[in-house]
Amino acid sequence: MLTVTDVSAGYGSFQALFGVSLAVAAGEAVAVIGANGAGKTTLMRVISGLLPASGGGFALDGRALEALPAHRIVAAGIAHVPENRRLFPRLTVEENLRMGAFIPAARKHFAERLAWVYELFPRLLDRRRQPAGTLSGGEQQMCAIGRALMSKPKLLLMDEPSAGLAPLVVEQVFNLVRRIRAEGFTVLIVEQNVQQVLDIADRAYLLDRGRIRLSGAAGELARNEEIRQAYMGI
Amino acid sequence: MTARLPAALAALVLLLLLPLALRDYFLHIAVQVLLWGFIYTAWSMMGRFGLVSLGHGAFLGIGGYVPALLWNHYDLTPWLGIPLSVLLAALLALVVGYPATRMRVVGHYYALVTLALSQVVLLSMIALRDMTGGSLGMTPRSAGRASWYALQFPEKSEFYFLALALWLAGLALWLWLERSMGSKALEAINEDEGAAAAIGIDVMREKLRVTLISAGLTALGGGAYVQYLMYVNPETVSGVGVSLQIVFAAIAGGMYSLLGPTIGALLTIVLAEGLRVAFGTHFIGAANTIYGVLLVLFIIFMPRGIAGLVEGLLARPGRPAAAE
Repeated sequence: MLTVTDVSAGYGSFQALFGVSLAVAAGEAVAVIGANGAGKTTLMRVISGLLPASGGGFALDGRALEALPAHRIVAAGIAHVPENRRLFPRLTVEENLRMGAFIPAARKHFAERLAWVYELFPRLLDRRRQPAGTLSGGEQQMCAIGRALMSKPKLLLMDEPSAGLAPLVVEQVFNLVRRIRAEGFTVLIVEQNVQQVLDIADRAYLLDRGRIRLSGAAGELARNEEIRQAYMGI
Repeated sequence: MTARLPAALAALVLLLLLPLALRDYFLHIAVQVLLWGFIYTAWSMMGRFGLVSLGHGAFLGIGGYVPALLWNHYDLTPWLGIPLSVLLAALLALVVGYPATRMRVVGHYYALVTLALSQVVLLSMIALRDMTGGSLGMTPRSAGRASWYALQFPEKSEFYFLALALWLAGLALWLWLERSMGSKALEAINEDEGAAAAIGIDVMREKLRVTLISAGLTALGGGAYVQYLMYVNPETVSGVGVSLQIVFAAIAGGMYSLLGPTIGALLTIVLAEGLRVAFGTHFIGAANTIYGVLLVLFIIFMPRGIAGLVEGLLARPGRPAAAE
């Protein structure tokens, strides 16, 4: 479904990604793991069109997307749950969700998608008139995921969904990801929380200082001695 | 909520009867408040979303000069001249706004770009001395009587109704924009531009649309203002002072509220007139100094303006409004 080919990217004279290639098949959950500063967020920003790639490209179902601006990438079927959720704190929960259905194709189906997101996350229904900034960490993550789902994407990008959350809440968030998967969504997830993300992913890539160093089935990587020592502290 | 409609209707009736009660001087002030209220409202349409323009004098200047020039030199009625100037202002906003938005010029830098723009327009007016009269300004050729064709009404009371209609149209447009999806999108963009883009909001289109509307309406206000005063000079429409006055008044009145910008117009005009009358020719400059100090205080202590303060008090009766 998603193919990333030889992508390089950076900020000014600083290069963060060096020829990264990866693939995600329909229905899969793929994780990109790595330490802080490995380039995980940069990769997400490139795929969602927020940062232009300096080399290489990526395609969804064979359609090249690297030249498109962010809003057209959403329209093409990739939605992004950004790191630290980045809700619009003064807008209400429902307004945040409404913004997730901003692209013309989604606007027509707003009511039905909204009902579906509320069914998925009943908690959001209770809080729909509340400013998003007043939600708890876990609820904010629900709202951010719900906002991304409003465009009914083919592929959901999740950038560090567990970042900045208490351990108990992290567990809830990973359960959310499981439910998204069960709904049939294809997910590309970036995480520092290696042990837990390998638990829910089918396959994973290890990103190290801007390069893919290892890849394989999630279970396999979870047993990899090097990964266990460097990223799980075992 | 239910009390709103009758209150608005009562206010409208009062406004319609106002010319019967006011002497010419006060009617003049009322017309000024309505026209500037309209212009400040136009500015706030974008200002409230963090698109702070310090250069609306550019659009005001185009609206002021273009119809007058077309009337004087080509006998073109303001009924065509004003719409043309509105289009021209929107075009100028596009020419400047497109690259600025594209290159993500925001905040202070955006303000500086707009400030420079107003100076370009100001200097152009002065440079085109042969047509515009340069710094001395110009007067639209008088039709000699009240004329719809020339859009000239020597009687203040006649122009008052025109200004009232324009002001009401501005408020209606504000309400319409407020309820549109674009308005929420702009709020989202103002809160987090990157996140807004990431979920599919076309940041550039939304910003440009509101910029074009604001610029066009400001030109419309400029056109009406010159038809009323029957005189225009570069400093009074495109000077830095005017551009800053628009910003100060809109913020002081409350750019987040429907009536905020109009309250700003009322405040600044009444204050300026009051100080002028009080000080007269004594202490030259004292009036401006007091005016400036008051505006600074307003902006520091009431970031949401007078309208914001009143709304806060109404929303939480018995408790002071929280500072934002």
